[in-house]
Amino acid sequence: MSDPYDVLIIGAGPGGYVTAIRAAQLGFRTAVVDREHLGGICLNWGCIPTKALLRSAEIFHYLQHAKEYGLSAEGVSFDTAAIVKRSRGVSGRLNGGVGMLLKKNKVDVIWGEARIEAAPKGTTPGRVAVAQTTRAEAPKGAKGPGAYAAKHIIVATGARPRVIPGIEPDKRQIWTYYEAMVPETMPKSLLVMGSGAIGIEFASFYRTMGAEVTVVELLPQILPVEDAEIAALARKRFEKQGIRILTGAKVTTVAKGQDGVTATVEADGKAQTITAEKLISAVGVVGNIENLGLEALGVTIERGLVATDGLGRTAVPGIYAIGDVAGPPMLAHKAEHEGVLCIETIKGLPTHPMDKGKIPGCTYCQPQIASVGLTEAKAKEQGFDVRVGRFPFMGNGKAIALGEPDGLIKTVFDRKTGQLLGAHMVGAEVTELIQGYVVAMQLETTEEDLMHTVFPHPTLSEMMHESVLDAYGRVIHV
Amino acid sequence: MPINVLMPALSPTMEKGNLAKWLKKEGDTVKAGDVLAEIETDKATMEVEAVDEGVLARIVVPEGTADVPVNDLIALIAGEGEDPKSVGAGGGAKPQSSKAESAKPQSSKPEVGTDAADRTPGGGTMAYARVNEAPDAAKPDAAKPAATPEPRPNGAAAPGGRIFASPLARRIAKQEGIDLSGVTGSGPHGRVIERDVRAALKEGGAKAPSAAQDTSAQTPPAASPDAPADKAAPAKPAAAGAAPPPGLSAKQVMGMFKPGSYDEVPLDGMRKTIAKRLTEAMQVAPHFYLTVDCELDALMALREQLNASAAKDKDGKPAFKLSVNDFVIKAMGLALMRVPAANAVWAEDRILRFDNAEVGVAVAIDGGLFTPVIRQADRKTLSTISNEMKDFAARARAKKLKPEEYQGGVTSVSNLGMFGIKHFTAVINPPQSTILAVGAGEKRVVVKDGAPAVVQMMTCTLSCDHRVLDGALGAELISAFKGLIESPMGMLV
Repeated sequence: MSDPYDVLIIGAGPGGYVTAIRAAQLGFRTAVVDREHLGGICLNWGCIPTKALLRSAEIFHYLQHAKEYGLSAEGVSFDTAAIVKRSRGVSGRLNGGVGMLLKKNKVDVIWGEARIEAAPKGTTPGRVAVAQTTRAEAPKGAKGPGAYAAKHIIVATGARPRVIPGIEPDKRQIWTYYEAMVPETMPKSLLVMGSGAIGIEFASFYRTMGAEVTVVELLPQILPVEDAEIAALARKRFEKQGIRILTGAKVTTVAKGQDGVTATVEADGKAQTITAEKLISAVGVVGNIENLGLEALGVTIERGLVATDGLGRTAVPGIYAIGDVAGPPMLAHKAEHEGVLCIETIKGLPTHPMDKGKIPGCTYCQPQIASVGLTEAKAKEQGFDVRVGRFPFMGNGKAIALGEPDGLIKTVFDRKTGQLLGAHMVGAEVTELIQGYVVAMQLETTEEDLMHTVFPHPTLSEMMHESVLDAYGRVIHV
Repeated sequence: MPINVLMPALSPTMEKGNLAKWLKKEGDTVKAGDVLAEIETDKATMEVEAVDEGVLARIVVPEGTADVPVNDLIALIAGEGEDPKSVGAGGGAKPQSSKAESAKPQSSKPEVGTDAADRTPGGGTMAYARVNEAPDAAKPDAAKPAATPEPRPNGAAAPGGRIFASPLARRIAKQEGIDLSGVTGSGPHGRVIERDVRAALKEGGAKAPSAAQDTSAQTPPAASPDAPADKAAPAKPAAAGAAPPPGLSAKQVMGMFKPGSYDEVPLDGMRKTIAKRLTEAMQVAPHFYLTVDCELDALMALREQLNASAAKDKDGKPAFKLSVNDFVIKAMGLALMRVPAANAVWAEDRILRFDNAEVGVAVAIDGGLFTPVIRQADRKTLSTISNEMKDFAARARAKKLKPEEYQGGVTSVSNLGMFGIKHFTAVINPPQSTILAVGAGEKRVVVKDGAPAVVQMMTCTLSCDHRVLDGALGAELISAFKGLIESPMGMLV
């Protein structure tokens, strides 16, 4: 067995590799184990490649509407293989980038399937067995299978698509995000189960590329975590684009045929059948907790996720968990931040558990959705007397000039203290705007400072100002 | 890689210290165990030991520098094979980053030779923290300090007095009548954020006592049922008369005197601590005072007898020489054990009760005072207490007491008898709940059995924290004390 590492991280996704780099910065001798890809799902099969696909769709959409901007574009068409190739290229490039970053920070990469054999105890480091993996080739310079030891072991194994019994993905007709990311041809029709960020982004992509798309959501609202008003506006836009949306509806059975699937969908006690060439199952994700040896070591597992104290510490000293496997919200940026907090806690730096109420969420459909903090309904539910501000894209010069007059920026304040409780946006480029409010919330800004902040003209961000002004009856451009 | 020597934390609450003296100079060879420097904190002077070998390449913080924050880079040691000159030139370039990234010493005890953690309390020395040291992974509690990060200043004590607080924290504080200067910030660099104000609010306000509390504290008699332990009372202090008025600023005070008519004496750590802690004590702990006269004749006779019986060594030096104060300490320890409810301290939302008696003793030194604590004062013999006190007093004067020697205690004894003081009241030393002010023993004419008689008397006044002790309980405690002083044989068994 080689010299023990100070820190060994299982999983090189956004949580794992960022934690590894931070660990190296803090002077720890660090290793990260992965079985498939540096950068994890996010970089290889999630966040990043979907953004590449959606960019192609967006440009395709603009070309189709060139006339509205005084341009002409004749015979606009697309090449599915080229779109997919570009998306894979983006992932490949960033994947290589992660390898470089780890190397630069002297983080060892170990390739294989890790299993914790013993937790660190007293002065004895914990033991991790790494077995051969057949999933992917090891990147250059990676260490191979074997026995490793480490004083601190961080589980950052992420999550995978949830499978509904009877509707198991088959890679051919019933897809998960893996297959949906690399279509060989554009399906003519598509049924999307689940209207969270993943489902809606694929629905938006495939609709823009011309597919007949139906979205089935179990809950009464699409984008269930978003503010109801924002979700309703988004729904209207989706339906205008031709996406068929069924809420409060459940896919009960799926029959696979020659040319596609036939699904029985129940809503309001009535059943209907929907046929589609492909079905995308996007009904959430489940933590990768298996085969790590966690339960045998006494690590507490709750509802399929590792229980931690908010700083990554599990029930077993020396074993930590961060990111998706440690619980929602299952977002790359949550994993990264949680990982940094965890390693800084190990180092003994002053840390506080992450305030999950201040983690923004973004959905990159057309129109985009972005939010942070409490929705209006949640705020009221928690007993806040709220003041709500709204500002429509229609009232913003830049939005009109962009040809994007649809959208809304909504802010929710506590009437008593002026605390910004939440911000919710739908419309063009809002995923790039939300961070302004996130900073404001982190610094505990009240409405007063937000109103006194100068926003540049002409920008979409002016709407963020106006929304605050509106909450206090001082809006200008409405 | 040069080794960064960081300002150590001598106690868990230490935030900064003065770099009193360098015992090595640049270019000196150092080996593990060498004393590098002396650090002076609010109360103690401690030595910083090297845990590395090498050459002291550069002194970053010169001696005589006051208020060096814990974990600041203070020097660089060039390791084996390194050129001290190049280390000295380049290494100090990023003291800021090393400060930001450095571990707290208690979580990254360097593992050289003996465990620094064990060595520290015993030897009166402190190993420094190094930034290029991975924490001791093996320690299961290695990550612990982070869960309860050390309280950091919110800037209130800084010159200018600006309190760093978020807009939301300020607004809530204003609405709820919380005095932000009393709130410890947990945000970056001690910034007070919403969480801190909410916590202060929950604890009943990090704040000045209300007028109602003051009056209840002024009425010492036994029947005082409105003990301030009632959480409802201090909830909205703003209504009762707002925060305490801040003291006059230096400028205001200086404006009242003719320029040049005074010398300015800078505050050392001890003076600052005394000012801060005792101001807080008077504002936070509702004091009341109980005075008794104790007859000393029996005690003086016993003392003479005991001292005469002390074994002498070959130089004719007696093994012990008991003072009246040694009896007072012992009596206080026994009294606490006889009145267990008084052997307790206030801890914000609860009372901590102890099962052994810890008695602090005020020791005046040049420019301040220490209160080293006699542990198990009830169980120790008078001669043990006496010798322990002699050692404490000597080391207190040399400022060589260790923090754990003057922390804790349930009560203290302050004796000004040697100055001829007949009667005085003392300020409780937080977190203790009582303090006994002991006056001079003197011959007084008293009425005894209906006739005047001359007896030796000593007046003692017990200051009590009304949150812990009500009048009757305080009276019980001081009566027990008086009984022991007047029948001192009870202290021998």
